[in-house]
Amino acid sequence: MSLKSRLAFAAALAVAVAVPLSASAHRAWILPSFTVLSGDDPWVGVDAAISNELFYPDHFPMQAKNLKVITPDGEEGQLENAVVGKYRSTFDLHLTKPGTYKIVQENGQSRNETFITRGAPTTTVLKTTGKGLELQAVTHPNDLVAGEPAKFIFLLNGQPAADLEVTVLPGASRYRDQPGEIKVKTAADGSFTIKWPEPGYFWLNASIRPPRTETTTAAAKDHDDDDHDDHDAPRPAAPPPQAGQQSGPGAPGAPGGGRRGRGVSYTATFEVMQP
Amino acid sequence: MRSAFSLAIVGGGLAATPLMAADLSLTLQVPQLNVAEYHRPYIAIWLEKADGTAAGDLAALYDVKKADQEGEKWLKDLRQWWRKSGRNLTLPVDGVSGATKPPGTHTLNFGASKTVKALPPGAYTLVVEAAREVGGREMLKLPLQWPPAALATQSVKGATELGAVTLAAKP
Repeated sequence: MSLKSRLAFAAALAVAVAVPLSASAHRAWILPSFTVLSGDDPWVGVDAAISNELFYPDHFPMQAKNLKVITPDGEEGQLENAVVGKYRSTFDLHLTKPGTYKIVQENGQSRNETFITRGAPTTTVLKTTGKGLELQAVTHPNDLVAGEPAKFIFLLNGQPAADLEVTVLPGASRYRDQPGEIKVKTAADGSFTIKWPEPGYFWLNASIRPPRTETTTAAAKDHDDDDHDDHDAPRPAAPPPQAGQQSGPGAPGAPGGGRRGRGVSYTATFEVMQP
Repeated sequence: MRSAFSLAIVGGGLAATPLMAADLSLTLQVPQLNVAEYHRPYIAIWLEKADGTAAGDLAALYDVKKADQEGEKWLKDLRQWWRKSGRNLTLPVDGVSGATKPPGTHTLNFGASKTVKALPPGAYTLVVEAAREVGGREMLKLPLQWPPAALATQSVKGATELGAVTLAAKP
């Protein structure tokens, strides 16, 4: 099977599997082996995949070509030694400069990020663009510690995204019975606070679904699945989102801002340190 | 598993500098560990203000001699110190960076340290954090009133990576 048909097949399969499990979880993630580094020449290995079980590659690799790294000075950097495996992509990041790096996959209306810091955290890569759904960090994403609260603000096209449901999921679910999901809603100013219950890697996601006028239940499910397809089937040919294209119903907290049948979504992977 | 024993105690440091207001010394036991692969612990010693923020570094003991500053790669494992102070430093820091210590009892004199000389009066916590390659991590805290009104000695005993730690503050 060609890559394209593999992707299409996986997407179709995702739809089929998703039906009985409305919250079916094909979660896309970019997982660095370290997020806090010392020394003047550190390297970090990174896995990127779309999986059912969070942070365990069991479904599909995230295509490395859709991933980019932003260095602490805001320039695009190099991802090295990229390999696409059966279930995961892997690559290395050489942190040649001190400060905070961002690895991001921007794919149409979805954005998936993670952050890695050598030395003291810096904020250049945290600047938001005003396009799509973004997370504005009040607490630095590489300064997260179990038991401490962390505050973030969701922005939709640069405006506070109020009343947005945010899902936070810890990794290592294989070693406990319950998923341990945390759900919070953003306040009127788009802000929310998470008090990390334990150290470890966490996956954070929020999505804004398109308007559901005239939709049947089945159609609504299709929309849900479309969200997952965003993760499953990166569309390299898709142009980057244009500001004008998204202006539409982008009022705070309002659904929409995307093409018909597609929502906007934001995903990030964070490491929470033990105190 | 572990038998702490004393090597030589480096004494006499308390009287080092005449005319100096107060002196501070720490006696630190690095335990002997019966493990298959032993590496000396990295140890950071620093002072914190009442709100938990760093008030200054006293020592960062790591593999300072390793080629290409490779030893600094593991300083992140002293994760409290790294967060509160280490990550903001340009290493090595003169008077703070030093070599790791072998198992035994060591006395460190901080009376001449820039941090202590510049320390404003107040209530502090002295923190000792140890992390060992392919081993564990332990952090101990001792209160410190500065400057001391009288000779003040505080002790705490570690359970895994640190033995007895004694802080002596002398007017």
